Amino acid sequence: MSEPIIQMIGVSKWYGSFRALTDIDFTVNKGDKIVVCGPSGSGKSTMIRTLNWLEAHQEGKIIVNGIEMHKKMKNVDAVRMDIGMVFQHFNLFPHMTVLENLMAGPMWVRGVKEDEARKTAMKFLDRVRIPEQAEKYPGQLSGGQQQRVAIARSLCMKPKVMLFDEPTSALDPEMVAEVLDTMIELANDGMTMVCVTHEMGFAKAVADRVVFMDEGAILEESDPHSFFDNPQNPRTQNFLSQILQH
Amino acid sequence: MLFADTVVADPAVHKPKVMAIIFIIGFVIFSLMGLNDTIFGEFLRPAIGEPAESGLLGNLAIGMVISMIFTANIILIGFLPFRLQVLIVWFELLLLFLTFYYSFGLDFAFIRSKVWFMISQGVFTTLYISAISITLASIVAIFGAVAKLSSNGFAYAIASFYTSFFRGLPLLMQVYLIYLGLPQLGYVIDAVPAGILALTLCYGAYMTEIFRAGIQSINKGQWEASRSMGFKFGLTMRRIILPQAMPLIIPPTGNQFIAMLKDSSLVSVIGVWELMFLARTLGNKDFKHMEMLITAALIYWCLTMVLEVIQSRIERHYRTISH
Repeated sequence: MSEPIIQMIGVSKWYGSFRALTDIDFTVNKGDKIVVCGPSGSGKSTMIRTLNWLEAHQEGKIIVNGIEMHKKMKNVDAVRMDIGMVFQHFNLFPHMTVLENLMAGPMWVRGVKEDEARKTAMKFLDRVRIPEQAEKYPGQLSGGQQQRVAIARSLCMKPKVMLFDEPTSALDPEMVAEVLDTMIELANDGMTMVCVTHEMGFAKAVADRVVFMDEGAILEESDPHSFFDNPQNPRTQNFLSQILQH
Repeated sequence: MLFADTVVADPAVHKPKVMAIIFIIGFVIFSLMGLNDTIFGEFLRPAIGEPAESGLLGNLAIGMVISMIFTANIILIGFLPFRLQVLIVWFELLLLFLTFYYSFGLDFAFIRSKVWFMISQGVFTTLYISAISITLASIVAIFGAVAKLSSNGFAYAIASFYTSFFRGLPLLMQVYLIYLGLPQLGYVIDAVPAGILALTLCYGAYMTEIFRAGIQSINKGQWEASRSMGFKFGLTMRRIILPQAMPLIIPPTGNQFIAMLKDSSLVSVIGVWELMFLARTLGNKDFKHMEMLITAALIYWCLTMVLEVIQSRIERHYRTISH
């Protein structure tokens, strides 16, 4: 299982004169579950957003499904269709019901028939365990439910890889677990996942690899066992001691 | 409603000092108006004798009586609940307004003979010109707003030139420029299309800003979610952004429609048979300008009142469904 879905080779990115990403080398293989962590402002969100090119990089190469992402590319939408993205603030479409949210993508960009889209949508709503909310609007759901709908919405597009950008950071504490449970199930089903999160329990439970970033660079990348028990980089040690002391 | 404080001060109309001042001011003003040769003098004939000969004393007495009625009216209204207050004050102001025009000695038979034609021809023309113009202006505004938000220099330049030009020129001048200017280019345009074009372009410019603000107010996350699922720009705009911007766009657009209804009177200068044009031409023939102008004014007022009610309904509708 070493078929790369996403490759970043020497990627750098600047905001004006501020260097947000520095020489990132990073590979996601099929079936990988990768957790990215690091202090705030370390560039982890920027990195995950360059993967489907919501942010552009300036140097290096990003190759997704064999297609290189660059400014003049014609088929960026085709690439993005295969990459599911879950945001910190859910970004559900508030003027559409949960079911419509789930059916929109497949119907509008994949050309799936309405009946089939509805069937798929209900299947994934079942999987995130909120089929009874199908006819409600996102504003009527709790944060945890909204995030599970957002995950289901991405899954309806049948993505090859799922990106999670701090999916539990905007949630009330009692709702974190339900979202993490959904993500763990997804990981157990074999979905390829890249996840920016501070949930170290989740990292220990599902991650094949944990990546530590600081100041726009990847400082350490290893399996969770050695990452948590035997971190090499002093800044990783410092970070872990800070978030694990409570 | 503004923020309602929990601690309520005594209303000013229940403070003796304030009411005394109002009474005195009323007394002075009404006395100075010298009303003894009007209907008020007739009323007070038992007290002041022959009104025309009552002089200063008569005027003071009339001023005193009117000011007393006025002050008592305010105090009494002050005791009523909010809705009733609004209703009574509206009614009183309307009554004042009507007496004011009644005192012109208008020829009501003349008004009755013309009013049906003014409504069937004038109101109809005014409404359909405004309705077509606001619809076209909305379409112009969508394109204008997208162009103003685009990173394309040409599009931005054209859109900002357009809004600057049509917001910068008086509408009356635009009406003339289009009606008289286009024939110079070899295209003779009828009065009605010229009027619609002028209103469309002028209001499209204002509404471009409304649409731009509406589109900009939608969270960036909506774009990101759409784009990350592979929605193209047009699809995202049509199905995700505009439907969410509509609750913000429609209320001010309703306002624009009300304003346009009245501004459509400007196209009367190029001979469109709308309400204002009829008011002037029908009155001119018989030298009954005031009759027709006041009738037209009242019709405009009624129309805008109906529209304001509809507008507030729409606003309430969008407030309740926006999550």
